[in-house]
Amino acid sequence: MKIVVGHLYPDYLNIYADRGNIAVLARRAAWRGHELEVHTVSVGDPVEPGAHDLLYVGGGQDREQALVAEDLVAKSDGVRAAVDGGAALLAVCGGYQLMGRSYRDFHGGDLPGIGLFPLETVAGETRMIGDVLLECELEPGVVRTLAGFENHAGRTRLDAGAEALGRVVAGFGNDGDSGFEGCRVGRAVGTYLHGPLLPRNPWFADWVLAQALAHRLGEAPVLDPLGDELEQQAHAVSALRARSRGGKR
Amino acid sequence: MPLPLAAEIALARTAGRLSRLAGAGGGTTVPGKLLWKVDPGAVDRLAARLPLGSALISATNGKTTTAAMAAEILSGRARLAHNNSGANLVSGVASTLLDARGAELGLFEVDEAALPEVAARLRPRAVCLGNLFRDQLDRYGELEHVAEGWRAAVRALPAGAALVLNGDDPQVGELARDRPGAVVFGVDDPSCARPSLQHAADSKYCVRCGTPYDYAAAYVGHLGDYRCPNCGHARPPLSVVARNIRLHGLDAVAFRLETPDGVRDVRLGVPGLYNVYNALAAASLAGALGASLDEVATGLGRFTAAFGRFERIAVGERRLLMLLIKNPAGANEAVRTIVDGGVPSLAVIALNDAIADGRDVSWIWDVDFEPLLAGLGRLIATGDRAAELALRFKYAGMPSGAIEVIPALERALDRGLELTPEGDELILLPTYTAMLALRKIVGERGFVRPYWERAA
Repeated sequence: MKIVVGHLYPDYLNIYADRGNIAVLARRAAWRGHELEVHTVSVGDPVEPGAHDLLYVGGGQDREQALVAEDLVAKSDGVRAAVDGGAALLAVCGGYQLMGRSYRDFHGGDLPGIGLFPLETVAGETRMIGDVLLECELEPGVVRTLAGFENHAGRTRLDAGAEALGRVVAGFGNDGDSGFEGCRVGRAVGTYLHGPLLPRNPWFADWVLAQALAHRLGEAPVLDPLGDELEQQAHAVSALRARSRGGKR
Repeated sequence: MPLPLAAEIALARTAGRLSRLAGAGGGTTVPGKLLWKVDPGAVDRLAARLPLGSALISATNGKTTTAAMAAEILSGRARLAHNNSGANLVSGVASTLLDARGAELGLFEVDEAALPEVAARLRPRAVCLGNLFRDQLDRYGELEHVAEGWRAAVRALPAGAALVLNGDDPQVGELARDRPGAVVFGVDDPSCARPSLQHAADSKYCVRCGTPYDYAAAYVGHLGDYRCPNCGHARPPLSVVARNIRLHGLDAVAFRLETPDGVRDVRLGVPGLYNVYNALAAASLAGALGASLDEVATGLGRFTAAFGRFERIAVGERRLLMLLIKNPAGANEAVRTIVDGGVPSLAVIALNDAIADGRDVSWIWDVDFEPLLAGLGRLIATGDRAAELALRFKYAGMPSGAIEVIPALERALDRGLELTPEGDELILLPTYTAMLALRKIVGERGFVRPYWERAA
């Protein structure tokens, strides 16, 4: 089956190897007989409702983020309509911030966001940099870990009642003190974790693929397991790093 | 009461010797760190004693090689204080100054982030700025932050200081705007241009208005001949130029060096277009320091290699060819250089994640390793993050069975040598701390001298 991905601003928001995430989705789809078709959605391009099974947005440096901010506002109805229509979404780091209501930079300037996630981000004086380990329960009773790297000045506050992606085991997370990381609204997930995120967290890559397929099939399919020994090894080292040196200022 | 400078110097030198005696490596920054603690201002006074002053070289990529090339050119003119083992923070500069008895001219490669402070302390007579690429974001922060530090450092330079800039880098070339006397160098040979900007190109949006640049030619990363179609910001006029570039695989690169003083044909004993940039930087800086064009051409022709950047080491009946990789732009050039010499069937790639390597290893996904896949039959992934590196190649399409994950560097090296036929060369691509460790391993087997014994 064809899985259509809309990659938002790949030429601007690509600072933490976002193409690694796309490569993992493409291969893991192909190994199951599916085909990932990636379309660039850049400045001036509309987000057509129903056109994408998955929207992906990565992170950029402040300068690049400011360059796309205005265009992003013009896309907000399209992105929200796509997700309301059942498309999956993965937003990483800067892309995660921009999917919230607003981002206030260190000088007090406000960048408006898309308003998909119920959260606001305010830049702090220091960056929160290091390895991170999360515990996630995306399906009730199934607890799994995500390992990654974070590097952000933004402190992200979720609205009361909002669902986080996971609980911080080691690292800073959304704001360094709430103990939560990321945000989830149905099939849409935002997170600060890069590394990139998906190669060393294959279960989550498959979860994202299944959510994208759910847009086509009506429900998320069970994907055939793959031999993930290298992925598990990479996950284990990354998790160990987070436990030993994550969240230190 | 502060200690007299002479007493501080004696104390700090003793510490360096003790560090070496204790087997703690080169001890290259120990004396400087100590001096730094005792009296930060001592660095300024030590530098002020150099009769010919100091020259600083900074860049994300190529600063060690550029400094080594400049040293080769200038060594006949003056006795140098040169931090040739890569200790390029304030403490490393201080250690070099402590060690360099009788030196006349300071020649220092300086960490990009440390440049503002080193420039403020040393009051250099010349500064050479090569390029800015994304590099170790966990350590340096965003590119824009480093660029802002450079702009401030340039504004604060003494009025008489010479400024040498790479005009092919939009961020760096823009520094010439307020320094009309700046020496601007660049490449002008569209036959060497890349068909398109690389994935990891950084400064591809106009530094003045944010519009994507049009490139008449892109040479290395975002370095090239750029023009903004909106506001017209363009590469500044070049005063030192490389034309008619001829790449000779892994052995050499030749080019025509054009300067206001004349033209010379130069043949470098190191490969790659990126080394043409290093040579242009070294030639421009040496010229600004008074070297003649003949000295420049002779010095560049004599140059062989800088510590760990591109080294051939004979190990019995085989050779190691070691190319340092540390960020996407630099690694892309290492890959391109290797591929120009013929894609190897085997490579050992070492990924560590210590502070000096960058704790965030995501950068390997921005490197275009793909050209290697055409002929690479076996990859030995090693280092602390060997599995992560293996994933990079697995998801690029390399069969899992062709990848061996051997985190221990020494075992990986031996496995690579075992698979290398007699008389052949084994390609090693290590990150910084992996490079140091691998050199130490082959050094302990008697094949390469420790770097602190090589100091000029």
